Amino acid sequence: MFEPTNHFNIVADDERADAAEKVTGRAKFTADHHIDNIAYGLFVTSTIAKGTITNLDSSKALQAPGVLDVIYYKNCPNIPGYNALTPDNKRNNFEWKGLKVLNDNIVRFFGQPIALVVADSFENALAAVKLVKAEYATEAFDTNFNEARLVESKTKLAGKYKRGNPKAYLNAPFFIEAEYNTPIEVHNPMEMHSSIAIWEGDDKLTLYDKSQGPKGTQSTIARTFGIPEKNVRVITEFVGGAFGNALRSWLHVPAACIAAKKLNRPVKVLLTRPQMFSLVGYRPQSWQKIGIGADKTGKLLGISHEAISNTSRYEDFREGITDASRFLYKCENVDTEYKLLPLDLSTPTWMRGPGETTGCFALESALDELSYQLKMDPIDLRIVNYTETHQENKLPWSANNVKDCYAAGKEKIGWKNRPKKPGSLKEKGWLVGYGMGGGIFGANKGSATVKAILKEDGSLVLQSAVSDMGPGTTTAMGIIAAESLQMPTSRIKFMLGDSSLPPGPTQGGSGTTSTLGSAVNLICETLKQVIKELGIQHFAAFKGLQITDLEVKNELLIDKKNQGSQISIVELLKLAGKPSIEITKESNGNNPQEIKYAFCSFSVHFVKILVHPKTGEMKLQKVITTGDAGKIISENTARSQMLGGVVGGIGMAFKEGLEINHATGEIANASFGEYLVPRHTDIPETEIWFVNKPDPFINSIGAKGIGEIAMIGFAAAVANAVYNATGKRVRDLPITPEKLGFSKA
Amino acid sequence: MRTCTVDEGRRGFLKKSSAIAALYLTPSILVKAMSIDKVVPVTVAKEKLSLTINGKAYNLQVDIRSSLLDLLREEIGLTGTKKGCDMGQCGACIVHVDGKRLNSCLSLAVDNQDAKVTTIEGLATEKQLHPMQEAFIKHDSMQCGYCTSGQIMSAITCIRGGHANSRQEIKDYMEGNICRCGAYQNIVDAIIDVKQSGKTV
Repeated sequence: MFEPTNHFNIVADDERADAAEKVTGRAKFTADHHIDNIAYGLFVTSTIAKGTITNLDSSKALQAPGVLDVIYYKNCPNIPGYNALTPDNKRNNFEWKGLKVLNDNIVRFFGQPIALVVADSFENALAAVKLVKAEYATEAFDTNFNEARLVESKTKLAGKYKRGNPKAYLNAPFFIEAEYNTPIEVHNPMEMHSSIAIWEGDDKLTLYDKSQGPKGTQSTIARTFGIPEKNVRVITEFVGGAFGNALRSWLHVPAACIAAKKLNRPVKVLLTRPQMFSLVGYRPQSWQKIGIGADKTGKLLGISHEAISNTSRYEDFREGITDASRFLYKCENVDTEYKLLPLDLSTPTWMRGPGETTGCFALESALDELSYQLKMDPIDLRIVNYTETHQENKLPWSANNVKDCYAAGKEKIGWKNRPKKPGSLKEKGWLVGYGMGGGIFGANKGSATVKAILKEDGSLVLQSAVSDMGPGTTTAMGIIAAESLQMPTSRIKFMLGDSSLPPGPTQGGSGTTSTLGSAVNLICETLKQVIKELGIQHFAAFKGLQITDLEVKNELLIDKKNQGSQISIVELLKLAGKPSIEITKESNGNNPQEIKYAFCSFSVHFVKILVHPKTGEMKLQKVITTGDAGKIISENTARSQMLGGVVGGIGMAFKEGLEINHATGEIANASFGEYLVPRHTDIPETEIWFVNKPDPFINSIGAKGIGEIAMIGFAAAVANAVYNATGKRVRDLPITPEKLGFSKA
Repeated sequence: MRTCTVDEGRRGFLKKSSAIAALYLTPSILVKAMSIDKVVPVTVAKEKLSLTINGKAYNLQVDIRSSLLDLLREEIGLTGTKKGCDMGQCGACIVHVDGKRLNSCLSLAVDNQDAKVTTIEGLATEKQLHPMQEAFIKHDSMQCGYCTSGQIMSAITCIRGGHANSRQEIKDYMEGNICRCGAYQNIVDAIIDVKQSGKTV
């Protein structure tokens, strides 16, 4: 259906809508909910990487104070969704995807949950975990990506693409061919995952859960336990970060439901920080090879991009590592090949900027390498290869203002000071380098339903079953409503985080503002119509007027031609004898423009780095991150989100990387002490700049997503700056002084 | 690059931990290294604990293994203080004990006899937010809000202790507070704003 377009000139207050709850500690995250008679569940995890459990002794644990149960494969109740077949012997289409926790004695990775200890206090549960003893029959395992990827038979094809001539870069007068490696990175949001399951009868469940999609979790759990969706209520009001790792329900979610059902008591299952490294997904390790060639003007003649990323043995996880190479720059000859490498590890998942972040590290580094061969400015090289059409589907961009990003970033970072010869510029004894890197991510609009409740006092409540892991969804939605209804954001409350609200999208893939924002705009525009109709019907002074004669502003209904003639909405409701107006509407995901245009958001990152010539210490001095994502709804929260992407990029560039002890398969650095993440002193002065022009075709509000582009391309900008400063090219993340040739001693 | 700079907690905790015989100490990192065969189930020991939290006196019977963090969250119901790692590496659980910041996950609850504890819930009055809370809102110094309590508690002692004289000094002091959403720049902006306002923190 037609959705009225609103490219607002935004004036609404964009203070973060839930900031007061967050700074006072009133915001309730999953584990904060107090439930009477709650029991605490903690996982016992495997101490081998592969094999079978031959014996599990829980007797000591069961004698320990306060222990209620130890649930494992021998006493785990039958879960309908765990069965491959339905009771009438048909294939169970709703079979639980992935590892069926507590169900069998097979160990698939080191640290896999093998039992759940449930006790009456956290302390008692934690103590009893140590008392459960397992014996195993071990099997040979493989966790070493770098070795296993060399064996062709161990990999499997996940995607292949070709246009024009393959390997065309080899015939170009200028080309480079290089391999790039990225380690496993782990989301590690500050809130550790937890689930509280409360059964209210045999087929009715309330679940407090950390989830990026309450509706998705509701559906998964309902199917797993064979109960109607409407009988599962998922509450996830505040989500303490997730970055992709709460897109699906991991093992602790069914475990909490199983334990609560078995014990007939509410159970809270908590993951520990070390468990956050293996039980809720991670960005897979990757190897990539890029071949890229150009003529002497810089025009690209061929791009070849190969990638391998790891998955688990029990599930395939693939992502868009080679995607951007196919469509970001103008090039007639492109071939890509993507393979998966199953290892004896847990399953990876989407992590901020997902595969595109990995892929653009390689692609944007390779372009930089090519620019030096061509003796060409790397920004100019990108401008030469700018394309008006998405190179894979050949559709014109709905909007692409990336050239504005180049210009703004260049100016702000001081690009003119960039040395043409690497390693040739010094400031106060430090080597200086400038680098840039770009990112792209698909923009979309899905379907969402929003309910509006205009209350007796004239304030507005909007509801949808989405969640807000931190970007500021409630803020942006409040602004869209405020602009539509011309009322202050302080009089609008956006309610989310509850599956019993009207269905909304899962928060992920930079789609929430576009999808949900369109639905909010639609419901508010509809509400205005309803108010106007009510005015014409019930307010004597408006009798005979047309809807177009009236406007809604500042909680008043006003005759546009006769400004003195108005009625407050509160009065109008009284006059109409209505305590409130409640309407619900779906904005569907169909966009007729989809077949005409390609929708993407773009980013370009610029960094200035200092490298100490004697120690290799690296200090980012300045970061400029620019984004083209259509209309920016809340400059305040959008800026924060982009700053966050930069911080994520700093982690990727300099610090993060999971270490596995390949002798045992155990993760060797599963804590914030050893898996390094960006901290206060790692963060340079950072400036965010947006094009901030509405995309005319994506949706009714002109906004696209920024969550992913905030990070995509950043690590390449750093690697390129390091090269510019030192002449040393680092193709393996993270970039450390050792990789620049400096030893610790 | 350095690890947590919050100093008061860890030493005190490690000293105390060797004095208590049971292996039932909360942070699992310490227990991990010990053999489970040595563990003998015992009756849970409880000790009397009197302390003041946010101006209110409490007389409690406390599981000797309980951390101050778990006491606050699970027993007292003050869930504004967050658990981010349970091993003193992230700062989400920072509270003030007798005016000093402390990683409450590293402090045994029973170690806080007669202590005056302030948590995030104790900063604002009914009508007035603390200046640091106001500044965090003004500068949007949060995204998901999970680390925010710990950041604010650290930010306050940063100014009180005279560690807010430059951006670099603030960053050094705040190094123990991780924000995975990446609100760092806005957090430092908030601290500078409060410091420059001259308001009492």
